[in-house]
Amino acid sequence: MNRLLPRLLLTPAVATLFLWMIVPLVMTIYFSVIRYNLMQPDQTGFIGLENFEYFVTDPSFGTAVINTLLLLGSVIGITVIFGVAIALLINEPFAGRGLVRVLLISPFFVMPTVNALLWKNMMMNPIYGVLAQVWMFFGATPVDWLTDHPLFSIIVMVSWQWLPFATLIFMTALQSMNREQLEAARMDGATYGQQLRYLYIPHLGRSVAVVVMIEMIFLLSVFAEIYTTTGGGPGDASTNVAFLIFKQALLNFDAGVASAGALFAVVLANIAAIFLIRMVGKNLDK
Amino acid sequence: MARQTTFTPAYAARTVGAWAVALLLFFPLGWLLLTAFKTELQAIAIPPELFFSPTLENFHEVQERSDYLHYAWNSVVTSVASTLIGLAIAAPAAYAMAFHKGKRDKDILMWMLSTKMMPAVGALVPIYVLAQKSHLLDTQLALIIVFTLSNLPIMVWMLYSAFKDIPNEILEAARMDGATLWQEASKVLLPLSLGGFASTGLLCLVLSWNEAFWSLNLTAAQGGTLATLIASYSSPEGLFWAKLSAASLMAIAPIVIFGWFSQKQLVQGLTFGAVK
Repeated sequence: MNRLLPRLLLTPAVATLFLWMIVPLVMTIYFSVIRYNLMQPDQTGFIGLENFEYFVTDPSFGTAVINTLLLLGSVIGITVIFGVAIALLINEPFAGRGLVRVLLISPFFVMPTVNALLWKNMMMNPIYGVLAQVWMFFGATPVDWLTDHPLFSIIVMVSWQWLPFATLIFMTALQSMNREQLEAARMDGATYGQQLRYLYIPHLGRSVAVVVMIEMIFLLSVFAEIYTTTGGGPGDASTNVAFLIFKQALLNFDAGVASAGALFAVVLANIAAIFLIRMVGKNLDK
Repeated sequence: MARQTTFTPAYAARTVGAWAVALLLFFPLGWLLLTAFKTELQAIAIPPELFFSPTLENFHEVQERSDYLHYAWNSVVTSVASTLIGLAIAAPAAYAMAFHKGKRDKDILMWMLSTKMMPAVGALVPIYVLAQKSHLLDTQLALIIVFTLSNLPIMVWMLYSAFKDIPNEILEAARMDGATLWQEASKVLLPLSLGGFASTGLLCLVLSWNEAFWSLNLTAAQGGTLATLIASYSSPEGLFWAKLSAASLMAIAPIVIFGWFSQKQLVQGLTFGAVK
């Protein structure tokens, strides 16, 4: 029993996950090399790399890749920089710290569709939105955010959601810092700048890496925010790779081309994943 | 932390700064909360009305017009069912790896994590086609299956790290005394790792409740969750912000409150323990 039992207990989890991974993957690979349009079921057959060629030469493709990277880079940049700043700010005691923590973390639990509509309507509407009111208060012309700066608007929404996550991680990391070392540095008259440079920032290195990797995984497939606000537009101005694949699959009904795009997204995500897995793996050895 | 804090200028500056940042970030949610209790006219008043007599009319009308309870029920069923099924599959696996160490445990854990890295959109077409072929489109069952599978790696990881903190000797002692596997699990392991189970379950509830990619693509009016209900408000049929706010508030309130209590475990779960 002793040899067999653990394997038996592992089997359900391993088997279901294996199916969950391999079945879609094999199907995607298969769909990507055949002609497969959900609206034209009579047209079938092997067409080699034609779907890939179509997806990659689609003028929207270049825009979508650039938008994906811009979205990813901006949100990571914003959340890491502001996350570290906020975490440092609330690391030392102050009045009402518990409540501030609760307020800060809240946006992370808001579902993406609510987040998107909240910003689209109540915040960014060019006439009635709060931002328009603020602009008018200062005598400026209100901005039509979603039409004139669609990608930037999406970046704001996604950053608002992920900043609390980054902050919480950095806060957790700061709390595990060696307090005696800090006290010693202060005693020796280290300025706050020096403490930052030599103590705080080096200590945060690892958690920054974790935040970057986790956000990479999630942000590569930002979808609901785009779906509920701009619909990828105007034109392709806020279409990312995930949304482009969705458009090909469920709006153009071209499952073949969408599958070719999906494989592209999988490769993109795996490059990010390799680093994360290595890092977590090291942690497991300890 | 009963450290003595004296009222210094730095303390005052931190308090002001931290509160300013927190209120700024919370502002959109606070605004949503206010708008939910306004009339439609008050909701788009210029300048915005901060003082008004609150109305519950919106909540009533959201239920009337779009059957809030139907979607809320779908959200509850899909997230609770996927969490329970997930725990039932993940717990034995975590138990096996934590207490009956094998050579390939680390590889298995890493491989499980790697399945989480697959972007959902990569599986969109096959899953959609499978759901269509098996007549599962727009059903609760489709979402339960997808949520369970996509949360399974996180569950195994979290339970595994919870179990690893329990000394193997305790379980061995129970086995020596002739406890069956079921007794060992239910009488010894479960009480000792209740906290781990709770935080794992909580995290998965949050993730499933807020899941939007699969619910938007696989379900609509029948099996749709609150995430799909809210998305249906995106079509501009006029300015119904008060109702939209009321619906949004009803959609997020349960899970935001849940989240407040589980924030620490949530981070541990999402980083797979890489940040302590």
